[in-house]
Amino acid sequence: MGMWSSLRGRFSLWVGKIFGRRSVKIGIYGPPNVGKTTLANRIIKDWSGEDMGAVSDIPHETRRVKRRRDVKINVDRSSIKLDIVDTPGLATKIDFRDFLSYGLEEEEAKKRAKEAAEGVIESIRWLDDLDGVLLVMDATEDPYTQVNITVIGNMEARRLPMLIVSNKIDLPTASPVKIIEAFPQHTVVPISALKGNNMDKLYDDIYEHFR
Amino acid sequence: MTYTNISGEKMVRVDMISEDLLASMTSAEKIRMILDGVMEGKILVLERGLMPEEEAKLIEATMVEISPEFVGIEMESYPAKERRSLMDRLFGRGKSQARLTVIGSPNQLKTIKKDRGLITALISEV
Repeated sequence: MGMWSSLRGRFSLWVGKIFGRRSVKIGIYGPPNVGKTTLANRIIKDWSGEDMGAVSDIPHETRRVKRRRDVKINVDRSSIKLDIVDTPGLATKIDFRDFLSYGLEEEEAKKRAKEAAEGVIESIRWLDDLDGVLLVMDATEDPYTQVNITVIGNMEARRLPMLIVSNKIDLPTASPVKIIEAFPQHTVVPISALKGNNMDKLYDDIYEHFR
Repeated sequence: MTYTNISGEKMVRVDMISEDLLASMTSAEKIRMILDGVMEGKILVLERGLMPEEEAKLIEATMVEISPEFVGIEMESYPAKERRSLMDRLFGRGKSQARLTVIGSPNQLKTIKKDRGLITALISEV
């Protein structure tokens, strides 16, 4: 399945490029609260002046996949057109009790947990329909999470391009070096989506990896 | 599931599943076995782990079962190794090699440290 979907995706991408009309579908993946929607908002704001979705400190704020079509990114004298797919945070466990500490009522917490679980399923199903992935990691956290390992394994198995985005480098405890050392076979771009630090480098790398 | 020995001490069951047994099962069988095992309170150690696509399917199947009583799984594996022969490199193909994986209930299995070559976890009774 992986090889077939990879071949199909590459062929479709190639045909689209030839006729110059196809956007490259890029999924923004990662565990909850690493800044996926903040990054999606930053990219879309930089190139279209709008926002994509709400952000929050409570985990699983994004519980439905959101797609913004035809975001054109200009790099030097060239450009690339992206469909940005912002996905709910991936997790192997969701306990409604964790939401209670953020002040949610029990019923609201249970509803959020159910919607978050549905969001994870939707995120995983989208993996089959993407041309590439931006895997967002929190530079202040341990990079060896199972979600990171599973996403990287799936992208390698599908032979689809991926960039690792080491987010939150504006925080004093950030250590993007840990992420670079953990996954030396992949390109890691340290940024702060919130402050906009190093976004030009990210756009250059997006162009190089996904064009 | 907690067991009690003849001295009355509580014990946790650990199933160590060989590569051969896993290889004889379909993806659906592996996922069902893992979820049933975790729900019964077992800790599962898979000698060769799951393929990346199977890991994604396991997470998907886990999310279908999420409820106030079942909060999911704790799963830990090493980053996959890629096995590529000379021919694979020439033709741009290859196969990710699954590696040892530990799975259990988040209420029982807690990972305290993980890096490329070491997983340190604590196991408790339910």
